[in-house]
Amino acid sequence: MGSTISEKILAVHCRKKTVEPGEFIEPKVDTALINDVTAPLAIKEFRKSEAKKVFDKNKITLVMDHFTPNKDILSAEHVKLAREFAKEHKIKHYFEGGNVGVEHAILPEKGIALPGDIIIGADSHTCTYGALGAFSTGVGSTDIAATMITGKIWFKVPNSIKFILKGKLNKWVSGKDIILYIISLIGVDGALYNSMEFAGPICKKLNMADRFTIANMAIEAGGKNGIFTPDEITEKYVIKKAIRKYKFYESDKDAIYLKTYEIDCSKILPQVALPFLPSNAKAVKDIKKTYIDQVVIGSCTNGRIEDLRIAASVIKKGKKINPNVRAIIIPATPATYSQALKERLLKIFIDAGSIVSAPTCGPCLGGHMGILASGEKCVSTTNRNFIGRMGHVQSQVFLANPAVAAASAIKGYIATPDEIK
Amino acid sequence: MLDIILKGNVHKYGSNVNTDEIIPARYLNTTDHATLAKHCMEDIDKNFVKNVKPGDIIVAENNFGCGSSREHAPISIKAIGVSAVIAYSFARIFFRNSINIGLPILESEEAVKSIKNGEEIEINLNKGTIYNITKNKTYQSHSFPEFMQKIIRAGGLLEYIKK
Repeated sequence: MGSTISEKILAVHCRKKTVEPGEFIEPKVDTALINDVTAPLAIKEFRKSEAKKVFDKNKITLVMDHFTPNKDILSAEHVKLAREFAKEHKIKHYFEGGNVGVEHAILPEKGIALPGDIIIGADSHTCTYGALGAFSTGVGSTDIAATMITGKIWFKVPNSIKFILKGKLNKWVSGKDIILYIISLIGVDGALYNSMEFAGPICKKLNMADRFTIANMAIEAGGKNGIFTPDEITEKYVIKKAIRKYKFYESDKDAIYLKTYEIDCSKILPQVALPFLPSNAKAVKDIKKTYIDQVVIGSCTNGRIEDLRIAASVIKKGKKINPNVRAIIIPATPATYSQALKERLLKIFIDAGSIVSAPTCGPCLGGHMGILASGEKCVSTTNRNFIGRMGHVQSQVFLANPAVAAASAIKGYIATPDEIK
Repeated sequence: MLDIILKGNVHKYGSNVNTDEIIPARYLNTTDHATLAKHCMEDIDKNFVKNVKPGDIIVAENNFGCGSSREHAPISIKAIGVSAVIAYSFARIFFRNSINIGLPILESEEAVKSIKNGEEIEINLNKGTIYNITKNKTYQSHSFPEFMQKIIRAGGLLEYIKK
């Protein structure tokens, strides 16, 4: 009996030949991640334990991204606490201020998250690194406190569900549409406790940005992790960035899956997930005309340079943002910001009447930099549209890809780029 | 070993109660337990904080605690005095956070289907039994795997790793 890619990575990290779904294991961790929201609780627990030092100063990453630039006194105090902790323990990978970007965009960019790794993070979207062929998943602050001491984490080995992506990609359809379509098919708990493995011929047509978007939203189907088999596209992405050795794994042909879904991508049209669950996805053409107040293009889901290029190409075509809409563009990292500046994408955004923000998670979680009033509607390239997610409990978030978000910003209602003449 | 008995009135919710509803991000600039307790369940039930009494029990359907990894969610529930959460199923990060911080959680489809809002119930944590005082009816929940019981018996994850 063979093993899946997830099982292989888990087994290697606890020096076992194989692991079985349902088994409890305590593997070694390659990177433990915390942010400005989850670090304070982890640091408090770490200190309470009376541990003197962290297990490895190179394997802990602190990213102060959620409320950056610090939105109020309390969040500034949290960052201060994390900064002092990082200094005290000589933590190598600490990101704040001008260095900070959205965590799940910056770790791959800096070569900290690598194929074959186990990466845990006190942030639910830590599953993003599965795009690289790593086993990565979200945990809590207390988990990270324990890992900072022991270098290990407890897991129950998940069952795997395979998604075979076939067919062809329609115009304006991206990784975001594929994952929204899958979540609408299986529901927000359709992969609860399980590993989501993405396979099939379409994978070869997906660039790293699309793969990151898909793996990022595995958690929105309840998945423990989302994972792709690394290939030459992965190799090209990591080869110059990697800060240490990495390894490619792949599932055996006779690996066991709990379920297998064949997804015919030819059937997927640009999607929009209506409030208040990511599983409420429908084709944009099938929804009633919905006027909007705000557009957000950014986040760990869709704030990469590829996303900004698509948005800029649509905005250029339409020229001006609708006067009833605030269009907020948030490059996910400083390097993305700099590249967008070089490619003159930011000029296109600003000249059209958008707001370009510093890298931050900001509005995605209703933190700051674009909060909604009661009754307001926002098309967002982020990952959650729960009640009150971006502000007032009576506001609404519609999830979409960057092309749909940009087209909607121009039209003033939820639209695809084909509607721009 | 004495049996741990939890007793209280039920506050019942549906499926997919998410962490943004349990504790909205506008309160994530603090780790103070009392402040988090004050805003518990605010975006799903603004009267919850007013109605809840120490020992009360939250009962919900599928996927309770889905969404973010914020440990502030189970902390706010524990800090307001809720003694346990019963659901068909829990989102996995919420599940492990609850175990790690010592908030008792139980899975029982039978109990969730039968128990109504406002009923009085009693949980025997050692036996995993849920007794509905209002209806005079007993339900069984799944017992935790041995590995998790070790963490619970140690009093949380950090106590466990010290051993």
